[in-house]
Amino acid sequence: MSLLNREEAEALIQEVLEVYPEKAKKDRAKHLMVNDKAITQSKKCITSNRKSVPGVMTQRGCAYAGARGVVWGPFKDIIAISHGPIGCGQYSRGGRRNYFAGTSGIDSFCDVMFSSDFQEKDVVFGGDKKLAKLIDEVEGLFPLSKALSVQSECPIGLIGDDIEAVSKKKAAEIGKTIVPVRCEGFRGVSQSLGHHISNDAIRDWIISNRDGKLEPGGPYDVAILGDYNIGGDAWASRILLEEMGLNVVAQWSGDGTIAEIENTPKVKLNLLHCYRSMNYIARHMEEKYGIPWLEYNFFGPSKIAASLREIASHFDDTIKEGAERVIAKYKPAMDAIIAKFRPRLEGKKVMLYVGGLRPRHTVGAYEDLGMEVIGAGYEFAHNDDYDRTMHDLKDTTLIYDDATGYELEEFVRQLKPDLVGSGIKEKYTFHKMGVPFRQLHSWDYSGPYHGFDGFAVFARDMDMAVNNPCWTLFKAPWQKPAESTAEAEAA
Amino acid sequence: MAKLRQAAIYGKGGIGKSTTTQNLVAALAEAGQKVMIVGCDPKADSTRLILHSKAQTTVMHLAAEAGSVEDLELEDVLAVGYGGVKCVESGGPEPGVGCAGRGVITAINFLEEEGAYDEELNFVFYDVLGDVVCGGFAMPIRENKAQEIYIVCSGEMMAMYAANNIAKGIVKYANSGSVRLAGLICNSRKTDREDELIMALAAKLGTQMIHFVPRDNVVQHAEIRRMTVIEYDPNCGQADEYRALARKIMDNKLFVIPTPLEMEELEDLLMEFGIMEVEDETIIGKTAAELAAEAA
Repeated sequence: MSLLNREEAEALIQEVLEVYPEKAKKDRAKHLMVNDKAITQSKKCITSNRKSVPGVMTQRGCAYAGARGVVWGPFKDIIAISHGPIGCGQYSRGGRRNYFAGTSGIDSFCDVMFSSDFQEKDVVFGGDKKLAKLIDEVEGLFPLSKALSVQSECPIGLIGDDIEAVSKKKAAEIGKTIVPVRCEGFRGVSQSLGHHISNDAIRDWIISNRDGKLEPGGPYDVAILGDYNIGGDAWASRILLEEMGLNVVAQWSGDGTIAEIENTPKVKLNLLHCYRSMNYIARHMEEKYGIPWLEYNFFGPSKIAASLREIASHFDDTIKEGAERVIAKYKPAMDAIIAKFRPRLEGKKVMLYVGGLRPRHTVGAYEDLGMEVIGAGYEFAHNDDYDRTMHDLKDTTLIYDDATGYELEEFVRQLKPDLVGSGIKEKYTFHKMGVPFRQLHSWDYSGPYHGFDGFAVFARDMDMAVNNPCWTLFKAPWQKPAESTAEAEAA
Repeated sequence: MAKLRQAAIYGKGGIGKSTTTQNLVAALAEAGQKVMIVGCDPKADSTRLILHSKAQTTVMHLAAEAGSVEDLELEDVLAVGYGGVKCVESGGPEPGVGCAGRGVITAINFLEEEGAYDEELNFVFYDVLGDVVCGGFAMPIRENKAQEIYIVCSGEMMAMYAANNIAKGIVKYANSGSVRLAGLICNSRKTDREDELIMALAAKLGTQMIHFVPRDNVVQHAEIRRMTVIEYDPNCGQADEYRALARKIMDNKLFVIPTPLEMEELEDLLMEFGIMEVEDETIIGKTAAELAAEAA
């Protein structure tokens, strides 16, 4: 089917809102919109970063998830201590497919879980002593870690433990940086606040550690911020930057280290991929160290080429030539991929509902394959994300903030996209509806999707999902076609 | 046997809740009642006069040593003192750390699960920390726990404010459960017309002043010896006062949902009794210098 026109799209939103009670309807109406490129400020037409309506299914995580899972988890040589009862630690460990190079448990700790395993007595008597003991034990067992972070679970904030004091004391004793992170899950409305708290903790407890002690940086030093190396994304990105002549000093936080964080203040340019989760620290470094930052997009050859050129524009001709050289080098390979997959995917419709950057950043990659994004939304975006999204999407595209389970299903049912890209909790719902699906948080056990190498994987995976023969086998032979209408209604 | 009665004692910090409770309980025990005291205060000083001890080892401290509260047996935490009174202290952290409220919740749940409230008992008294600062300290008056609440107060202004605030808290739980205000116990501070004042306050709250406990140094003499008056000097007049209180509580039938006073109403009452001066609104927000200038 073709895109809805504005009236039809608005009518669809109204229809979907109809089931809600009055108060919920009023609230949810503010989070749904039909894209209008004439509007430059999203605040005029969409509300975001608000508390979810109770009773609907949302998937926004919590501040702890944003801190422990997103920002801190991928730093490989910083041991993240989940401070509190056991579940938060266990369920935030190593599920994100953020790759790292190193030996787990020796010099890398991304997939090892450290928890203070809070008990009643720790709540009643306070957990500071236990934390201090835990740090001693961690230091004894894993002496090659370079730093530690203390990720607060809810009880820590409720009982007022002084993890800052413990961190300072133990840091002096063991001679390593220990960062207390006040990311109690009840803070904020989604995981987003956890990103912010983590950025602030890095600012206050790490980044200034080597102020005045850093060797001056080279003219081509850059840092990658907000690439979590899902399925190797950061590696596929880094090689392009290096090929064009840049010197990648740091990766935040995928496959990153504390030394890289400490060295970041000497770069010439900060390259920001996930704006949502790391814009805070980029802005801080701009203010304090005068380092400009640039948001880039390494999904799909068109956006990659544009991003490489924009990055190069901050440097001299060597780099500008380097960018052109890299683009030219990969062009034949990219053309071949497009020649192979575009005929199979041309005109296919996509709906996206993801986290930090993908609802806008992947649009170009789909368009390179001839596909069209007809709906996009974020779980925990703020309005500056929607400002950026609106001009990347076509007019009349449906935009949904913090979509409820019901809304998403209903939009998909009515718009009948050929592909849905979202998370693991949505995946099986849409599979059962017979809609091809790709998991866009951790790439469905695939990846990388960033960079030119990633695009090859991305194109293959999308084709594999959309054109999978299984979607034609949904009906048992004896069920079709006479009963199919009645059955679809019953479903 | 008689149905177990569970009572909670609240009141402003320092008003004498623990002393009054233990003397009352001793008097009940003397009268043949089977009683248990559950101290709900991290200070753990609710049972020392019954046990002649400094501070009983608490549920939470034992739990912390054993690993968790599930590792404890009832005998570990229960001590028996004067007159067969069973004593338990919930315990909790030193000031400034952890969560004392959670300690109360954990300890009371433990006592229930372990069957501490056995059929032999006539009374359980919860001696609760002064202010109901969080949900934990309201634990003793939740569903199926204390049904009757006694507020210890005196004729001092802040004690009465506190009593009124506690009454407000009781209303909340009274409406959702069966907890009721059972009376005010006036622990005298020898202020003017103290008994009349507390009776007037009780009337406004819809309850009674169940007993006026006069001030007597023998209470302190007994305390120094970690004893109740009942045990230390059973023939003194003060012992009879506690016996009278015990008798009135045994016979008490007046359980009400309180009608707390609005702040103005309470202040009017205090002014009527000369505890509080009529407020001079012309001086509010004026510095000493300004007032001096005005006086000049």
